[in-house]
Amino acid sequence: MNVFKFFRRGGSAPVARERLQILLAHERKASGQPDLLNILREEILAVVAKHISLDPDRVRISMDRGDPVSVLEVDIEIPNKFDMPKTGAA
Amino acid sequence: MGKVLVVTSGKGGVGKTTTTAALGAALAQAGETVVVVDFDVGLRNLDLVMGAERRVVFDLINVIQGVAKLSQALIRDKRLETLWLLPASQTRDKDALTEEGVRQVIAELRERFDWVICDSPAGIERGAILAMRYADAAIIVTNPEVSSVRDSDRIIGMLDSKTERAENGSRIDKHLLITRYDAGRAQRGEMLSIDDVLEILSTPLLGIIPESQDVLRASNVGAPVTLANQLSGAGRAYAEAARRLQGESVAMTVPNQKRGLFDKLFGRRAA
Repeated sequence: MNVFKFFRRGGSAPVARERLQILLAHERKASGQPDLLNILREEILAVVAKHISLDPDRVRISMDRGDPVSVLEVDIEIPNKFDMPKTGAA
Repeated sequence: MGKVLVVTSGKGGVGKTTTTAALGAALAQAGETVVVVDFDVGLRNLDLVMGAERRVVFDLINVIQGVAKLSQALIRDKRLETLWLLPASQTRDKDALTEEGVRQVIAELRERFDWVICDSPAGIERGAILAMRYADAAIIVTNPEVSSVRDSDRIIGMLDSKTERAENGSRIDKHLLITRYDAGRAQRGEMLSIDDVLEILSTPLLGIIPESQDVLRASNVGAPVTLANQLSGAGRAYAEAARRLQGESVAMTVPNQKRGLFDKLFGRRAA
């Protein structure tokens, strides 16, 4: 790229700096994701657990990041003996 | 109560062990009591860099497993009375380290020494996390080079989430130490500059260690560079970093190599 060549003037350090800045901005966002999911998971669990007793290990939370929209998927398994008639499939 | 430091980096080969030995010796020279602890279980090297490889009897794992007492495993430096080494095991695997065991050993060391300096293994696995787990402050060793800076960024994120301090809601002090710096190359735009690295990692600078042949020379003979050659650029830079750790404010410079007549006559030689 001509822009890079102009700034480089024989040195490659500016290219290194620019590549790092772009990469790390991306990676920092990505590494924030598991924490956000954990926070969401705990808070959602707390709200649901107020009303229905559930097994914390039977809860799955995932996030699909897409371009126009992202999808937060919360999958909570509730044992049949609570609140639901035995015949009703969960 | 002593202060617990972890020397970490993510990437291997950037100078964690050299830094641990050099800062430990510099602090001990200033009259502080210091223990340097090797956390690189299975691949220990701090003993070799400190010149104590033939004096290792018991190690960190022996202490954690209750086979030896802490006082039996600690090795006193032959040059500095107040400098001690707690070696890692060379034979066990890293799973022998337990969180509870490490917590107890660190707590005991904290009682006995002014400074407990933990030399982290490379990587972001269990050993590296346990090395940083109970630290009050971290020294992140970074080379002015893309892969090292990227890994340092990752390690900084872990210091802010995986340490006991972070989990308790308090912060761990972070200090950046840039090693193998070549001022000439940075000036010519061939190497990331100090400002570049600081801007990217936004972490306070503890010191700048110039690329120096004395570092290899010191490890060849088994002496921390702050003892082997106090007048070398690297030796002086580490000594200044140690003073900053003690809370002194020392102007940030890139100490140059003091070149003797021989070096001047024959120029730079590959070390």
